[in-house]
Parts: sequence; structure tokens; C-alpha cells
Amino acid sequence: MKLVTHNRLSAAFSKGRPALVTFITGGDPTPDATPAILDALVAGGADVIELGLPFTDPMADGPAIQAANIRALGAGTKTADIFRIAREFRARHPEVPLVLMGYANPMVTRGSEWFAQQCKEAGVDGIICVDIPNEEDPEIGPALRAAGIAFIRLATPTTDKARLPAVLEGSSGFLYYVSVAGITGKQQAAVDTIKEAVAHLKSGTDLPIAVGFGVRTPEQAAAFAAHADGVVVGSALVDLVAQHGAQAAEPIRALTAALAEAVHNAKATA
Amino acid sequence: MNATTTPNSFRNQPDDRGHFGQFGGRYVAETLMPLILDLEREYTAAKADPAFKAEFDDLLEHYVGRPSPLYFAPRLTEELGGAQVWFKRDELNHTGAHKINNCIGQILLAIRMGKTRIIAETGAGQHGVATATVCARFGLPCVVYMGATDVARQAPNVFRMKLLGAEVVPVTAGAATLKDAMNEALRDWVANVHDTFYIIGTAAGPHPYPELVRDFQSVIGREARAQLLSRTGRLPDLLVAAIGGGSNAIGLFHPFLDDPSVKMLGVEAAGYGLDKLHAASLAGGRPGILHGNKTYLLQDEDGQILEGHSISAGLDYPGIGPEHAWLKEIGRVDYTSVTDDEAMDGFQTLCRTEGIIPALEPSHAIAAVKKVAPTMGKDQIIIANLCGRGDKDIFTVAERLGVEL
Repeated sequence: MKLVTHNRLSAAFSKGRPALVTFITGGDPTPDATPAILDALVAGGADVIELGLPFTDPMADGPAIQAANIRALGAGTKTADIFRIAREFRARHPEVPLVLMGYANPMVTRGSEWFAQQCKEAGVDGIICVDIPNEEDPEIGPALRAAGIAFIRLATPTTDKARLPAVLEGSSGFLYYVSVAGITGKQQAAVDTIKEAVAHLKSGTDLPIAVGFGVRTPEQAAAFAAHADGVVVGSALVDLVAQHGAQAAEPIRALTAALAEAVHNAKATA
Repeated sequence: MNATTTPNSFRNQPDDRGHFGQFGGRYVAETLMPLILDLEREYTAAKADPAFKAEFDDLLEHYVGRPSPLYFAPRLTEELGGAQVWFKRDELNHTGAHKINNCIGQILLAIRMGKTRIIAETGAGQHGVATATVCARFGLPCVVYMGATDVARQAPNVFRMKLLGAEVVPVTAGAATLKDAMNEALRDWVANVHDTFYIIGTAAGPHPYPELVRDFQSVIGREARAQLLSRTGRLPDLLVAAIGGGSNAIGLFHPFLDDPSVKMLGVEAAGYGLDKLHAASLAGGRPGILHGNKTYLLQDEDGQILEGHSISAGLDYPGIGPEHAWLKEIGRVDYTSVTDDEAMDGFQTLCRTEGIIPALEPSHAIAAVKKVAPTMGKDQIIIANLCGRGDKDIFTVAERLGVEL
């Protein structure tokens, strides 16, 4: 059963080349503008889409994604809008994996079973929750697993050898390596630390490893992709929404295409 | 723990996962998890180390000025015409509030852990001042995050922190108050885990903070218990304390939790009224997850956090410490709320009857005492926590009274 929804995710990481994972905040600048932005990510060649579930208090995010959350909530974005956007995305793009990313409170506020069921019905493949570490897995993990939704965990530079098994326990879909100890969209990790970190993570899991935080340009993305199964880009895309608002789709498609070309060919040219 | 069964002791929380019943826990980003686990280990070791306790006690006595007096308030008692009203005088501490008790304990932990940089969040500025104070005392650099709104309404405390050598960073996100300052402190911490210790100001946040802040603040209740026993030979009938995050209240309550005859009343800020903007998360909120713990939060149906409001910047927070959430749920402590207007009335009453200018935070406790004391017998005893002095609030009070300074 589990494989049914994880199929799209595992397929995205089984194309014989690194995957481009892209993040945008749902409802930014408005719920009505989000579908065209998601379509632009797909058209540009993104392999996995992360859709941010907005939250009033995005504690792990830098200024770009904080502002995106404020814009989305200011435009009246509700959880129901995010699931509607996801459902319609699934209808338009049956093959592209879609992951919801956000913070615990909006996910558990009506109960984790409710949330997992909504994800399943909307065709969401996985969840990334910033503030539910393995220690609090009972809060949402069992409900996600019962519904066949991947629970994508984060590993960080502070996840040492002793702690890695705890992070991997109950984790599925892919592993998101946060390449710097910090918040989204700020500083960037040195490439050799990525190589070392991915090797460390690979020693504990067969899950694909996607590397993110601080990746903004095709050059940076290619450098990371050379050592990983995927690269996550968020703040740079969200910045385009800030700049172009409801007209952001075309610039987002263009940046995504450049990122996709760089990431997809990173191992061929490395 | 099932909420309907009565535990053998109310004083053995949290469990080994940092949970108080369904509340508390460690809801933090993975980057912080190893550090939180380190802190837990270090705190467990410190608790068992007589040298740690000796240094803590010595600083509380000679630097903070403890024990603080337990004061019988004769004119207020007479005016209310019911129970005897006593105050635990934590406003007489160095820096003018109970916050310093916790800061002493946490900076000793930071030093044990080899951390070389301190960060903190602050609302009214009392915790920021207390943190800046201990940083100056121990020679560690200090960064205090403070909502820009609070920076404007608490200018004297901002200046105090700067005099003490702290860097005060105004936070403009959200409503620019305590919640946003805490978000920004967490962002700093996650980027500087290697050398930075986060001194959290209230009994909230990820485990082990609610436990260790409670333990450091419990000196209030331990002293009050011994002082009243030695003066009257008996325990109090009722304890009253104001609650924002709830550190002064849990500090007073915790040593009495297993004394069944002692009732307890926590007082939240009802702001403009519970049907309007307020900061009473137990009265007007429901359980949720924010800032590393599960507790009662002011939130909408989607789980988005709502802005609190109180005349007191120190109570202006949309959550509450997880142990209070648990004590409410099991019914050991009663919780009520008083409005800005009632707190203002409590403030003026204490000034007039006892010659004590209280902070606006304990003015909420005083307002609750004014309601409850007349319903009690003259042989009964109330201890209310006077957790801060009012010097910092005279501008707010003057504005409220229409006086230009």
C-alpha cells in the first residue's frame, strides 16, 4: 500500500540523474496565483514540487520565506485553499510528486488523522514538517504512515553518527539534508562539506538525499547536485514571487529551467 | 497520564520525554535537537552537583538579595475585609523582578557547557535586563531580541540593557512583540548552535526549559513556604500569581503542589476583555504547538497563531508554559483572568494602601486578590506573588491615566 503514493517520489529520484526539488509558498501572493506558479515549476523541469503550507510563525525561515508566509496569510490563504490547490495540481499533473512543507501546528490542529486523510485525498505524496523531530513522531508519524504519505525528515550538520539512526527511523520518501546550521535562504555550505555529509547519510540509508538551504543559482545547484540525489531551491524562487507578484510564473519558469539543466547534467559534467 | 486520574504527586513532572501529560515536549528543528539533548544531560548533571547548587545559592543570596521578604499587607487586608493578604516580595530582587532567579541558573549552565555567547528574547524588557545583567556579571556577550513595538513602549529597559553592554535587536516581523522576538531568537540560535546558549525567560519552550526554569524559580515558593510556616505556623490557603508564560506562578506554586489544603489561582491577562483582544491562552485558546512545546495557544481554526494583547508587555504572549496547561487540565490549579482596567485598578490600590508600586504583571494578581479575598474568612491566608516592581511601567500607567510626564 505504502508504495502507491511513494511511487511518484521514488520515480523522481530514479531518472539516472540528480533531481531538482523546488519550493514555493502556497497562497503567495494569492491562492489564485499559485496554480500558474506550480505549472511554471513543472514546465521548467522541476522533478519534485514542495508546496509551503503558510504559518504565522515560520521559525526556521529567513526573511524571503517569512515575507512569503505573511503575503500568503495576508491574502487570506486557508488550509482548505492549500488542499484545493494540491487537488487541482494532481488532476493537471498526475505524475509529478507533490510534497507539503510547513510547521506542526497547522498540520495537527484538526488532528493528524484529518491532515493525513486530506493529503491522501488531494494526491499529496509526502510531508516535511520542520518542528516535529523523531522524538515527537507520535504527533503525526503514525497517521501519515497509515495513510501512505511519506514522512520526509530533515538531517542537518548537527546530526552526528550517534543521532542519524533516530532521524532515519520512520523516515520515508527522501531525506532532506539541510546543508547549513541556520535558516532558509541565507548562507551557503562549502561543496566539500556536502560531499562528506552525503556520504555520512548514505552510510545509514538507501533513501535518496536531497540537499537544500542557501542554493540560489544554477552554478551552486550544479555543484551540490554533483554529490547528491537532488537539490532543493526555495528562497530564490520565492524572491521572484516577491518581485513579480501575480506575473511571477514566467520568470519562475525561466529560473527553474536554468536550474533544471544545471542539476540534471551535474553528474555528467562533474 | 490520563487527565481524569489523580497522580500520586503533582511534583514529578515532566516524564523522561519532557511531557507534562499531553503538553510540553521537544518540537524543534532537527538542527537544535542535539543541543537540546546536550542541555538536558548537562542540567541533569548540574542538579546532582553540590558545587552547582552552592554557586547558585550563593549568587541568589549575595548578588540577587534573597531571600526576598514575605510581607503581610495590613491596610490592603483591612480594606478588602476578608482573608489576610501577604506578598512575596520578588520585586525587591536585583533588577526588580523574579526573572533574575532563572537567569542566574541558566548562565551557570551555559558556562558549564562551555558556551561563549548568550541570546535571549524579551517582552517587557525585564528578562532582557536580567539576562544582560548576568552576562555583564560573567563577562559574556549578550544579544537580546525584542519586538520593535516593545522597544518603543519599554524605552527605559532598552537603555538599561544597553548600559549593561547588551546588543538589543528590534524585531519588526509580525506584530513586533514577544512572540516575534522569540521566533528571531530561535533563528539566531539555529545558526549559532556551536557557541550560543539561549536563555529562555519563561517556563516554556522545548524540554528541558520548562523544567529547569521552574526549578530555578521554585526558590520563590520554597522560601514563601518556610517563611509563612515560621511566622504563623501554618500553610497558606490560597496562592495567587499572574501568568504570561507562567514562570513566577510555577515558581510560587510548585513547592506547594502536594499540599492538598493549599489552593492556587493563576491569573491571565484578559486585555480589553475575553470577547475582544486579550492574552489569556487558557481561557481563550486550545492546545497546539509553538516555540518548541505543546500547550494552550491563541489560534484560529487553521492553527494560525493570533496576536495577544495586554496592557502589560510581559503578559502579551499567545501561549503559556506547558506545566500550567497540565495543571489546568488535571484541575490542581484554578485559572482566571483580569482585564487591563482591573489590573490598573489593582496597581493603584497597592500604591495607595501599601506604598508599593507594582509592575503591571503582578497588578493582575492584585486585581484577582481584590475579588477573592472578601469572599474568604479573616483567619484565612493568601500569598500573592509580587513578581516585579512598577518603575518600568510608569509611562504606560501615566498614558492610561491621561497624565503627561
